Amino acid sequence: MVDTKITLSGLALDNPIIPASGTFGYGYEYAELYDINMLGSFSFKGTTKEPRFGNPTPRIAECSEGMINSVGLQNPGIEKVIEEELPKLKKCFSKKVIANISGFSIEEYVHCCEKIDGEKQVGLIEVNISCPNVHNGGMAFGTSPESAFEVTKAIKEITKKPVYMKLSPNVTDIVSIAKACEEAGADGLSLINTLLGMRIDLKTKKPVIANKMGGFSGRAIFPVALRMVYQVYEAVSIPIIGMGGISKAEDVIEMMLAGARAVQIGAENLVNPYICKQIIEDLPKTMEKYKIESLENIVGGAH
Amino acid sequence: MKQSIFTVENNECLAKNTYELILSGDTSDITKPGQFVNIKLDGCFLRRPISVCDYDDKTLTLIYKVVGRGTEFMSKLTKCDKLDILTGLGNGYDLSKSGDTPLLIGGGAGIPPMYKLAKELIKEGKNAAVILGFNEEQELFYEDKFKELGTKVYITTADGSKGIKGFVTEAMKNISYSYFYVCGPEPMLRAVYKESIAEGQFSFEERMGCGFGACMGCSCKTKYGNKRICKDGPVLFKEEIIW
Ligand SMILES: Cc1cc2nc3c(=O)[nH]c(=O)nc-3n(C[C@H](O)[C@H](O)[C@H](O)COP(=O)(O)OP(=O)(O)OC[C@H]3O[C@@H](n4cnc5c(N)ncnc54)[C@H](O)[C@@H]3O)c2cc1C
Ligand SMILES: Cc1cc2nc3c(=O)[nH]c(=O)nc-3n(C[C@H](O)[C@H](O)[C@H](O)COP(=O)(O)O)c2cc1C
Ligand code: FES
Repeated sequence: MVDTKITLSGLALDNPIIPASGTFGYGYEYAELYDINMLGSFSFKGTTKEPRFGNPTPRIAECSEGMINSVGLQNPGIEKVIEEELPKLKKCFSKKVIANISGFSIEEYVHCCEKIDGEKQVGLIEVNISCPNVHNGGMAFGTSPESAFEVTKAIKEITKKPVYMKLSPNVTDIVSIAKACEEAGADGLSLINTLLGMRIDLKTKKPVIANKMGGFSGRAIFPVALRMVYQVYEAVSIPIIGMGGISKAEDVIEMMLAGARAVQIGAENLVNPYICKQIIEDLPKTMEKYKIESLENIVGGAH
Repeated sequence: MKQSIFTVENNECLAKNTYELILSGDTSDITKPGQFVNIKLDGCFLRRPISVCDYDDKTLTLIYKVVGRGTEFMSKLTKCDKLDILTGLGNGYDLSKSGDTPLLIGGGAGIPPMYKLAKELIKEGKNAAVILGFNEEQELFYEDKFKELGTKVYITTADGSKGIKGFVTEAMKNISYSYFYVCGPEPMLRAVYKESIAEGQFSFEERMGCGFGACMGCSCKTKYGNKRICKDGPVLFKEEIIW
């Protein structure tokens, strides 16, 4: 019997498979298809202080082996998430969930993190400082070590739960941002968020997406994500959740060898809603094939 | 929602760039006319949403227009090919509101869902009429299929090559109806909204990520709050639409 168990800052997971924020809603749509309690955990839709409609549509564009989204953090706001979504979620998911938080000011991040920190269902807080969709927000915090440090520190001061900072790949040096978060007390890191991209419609000769640009993700970005996890692993000693383009059990192992303790799966859920279940089922045989007894032992194995 | 494998029984060109695809498989999750399915195609990352044109216990009929890579690929499918399809998506039309003389209005690739809707309304004893709008005669399809159901069929073409010259709204002017159902390109939906003299239901399109409510890719604002076209739609009531 191979061992797929892993721990993330004290949070014990049956396996390292976690659906990524924004691609799994609050879980209900998938709970109609399979028992989502088989997941390691899942990261819910990015949540802000106020309810948000997000960006105008079209918000989605197709790419070779991937997609662009400019949803723009549509969510009902932290209040409603706590009052309505979490109790509903409890009925189909008994494990601890990852709370994905976004904001446009340090005060907003602090407000949301403070609120969610008191929720029993939440295992850890994942702070999105990288969403490329919002003109004046998220992006800025994740693109300079100073602002990443500042927001991490402010959140750590008011939370008890482990805090994972989710990094943007749209930077010159992701390692310096990762180090700044670690220095400010982050318990872990999630990477990567989407890459800024765009498509132009040849018929209209205009951008496909109303907002012109959006976040590129899916299978195509796997090598970029893997490289960044590899580089960040060398530079920090806090745990990493690796994501970007994962679509099969082999990718999970590769990502863990690069340095991830757990992985998230995003865009692939949208085209194959059973992908997380399939990967969880495939993982043991794939581990056997590559003579891996325990996932815990392979983290960072490629270094 | 259900994911299952369908087998191509027939794939046939009906009119200019327009194909009818007949599939066999598990249709148990399809419950209402106006719902859609989401099809996985080799070489396309995202699935392709297509309305349910007709279905029974084991057969699913789709009609699609070739407009890009995915639909081009579909046009080459042949008997026995297999397709991975998510079924039972979307809310579908509410038939209970139709009244005795409902009017069904379809434009181009928006015509397919009107077929099963017409079938069901007639089964309920309703006196349904249908307007089918095309750009030109070469695009015409399903005129006879609708007539076989026993509905009154009005054809409009933008260039006047068949039926009434003009848009579907031209035909609407001379018909009286208790209620209406419409599906077609957005400019047509807007025109119908303005022209209509009764309440009705509109079927919308949007670029989709998942098609089952998980990604918020297809949201729109309505008078009843934010809705996802794929899950809370694609059918919206006239009274709730914000243009
Ligand atoms: C609920 C719903 C029901 C539909 N029913 C039908 C139908 O019965 N018959 C039919 O011919 N067409 C229908 N369409 C439109 C159909 O989905 C598109 O024509 C098709 O996705 C085009 O794919 P493509 O690869 O050929 O085009 P491309 O332009 O190459 O596609 C690129 C991307 O854009 C998306 N896209 C392009 N056009 C549309 C569109 N009009 N609406 C939504 N997404 C689009 C594609 O899905 C794909 O992700 C429906 C759309 C929706 C949302
Ligand atoms: C439709 C969509 C919505 C997303 N929304 C969020 C979000 O709200 N918060 C966030 O931190 N990341 C969001 N992401 C980014 C993903 O969580 C993930 O980091 C990224 O997509 C890379 O993984 P993937 O290649 O497996 O999709 C979103 C991605 C997609 C495709
Ligand atoms: S397409 Fe994903 S929510 Fe509608």
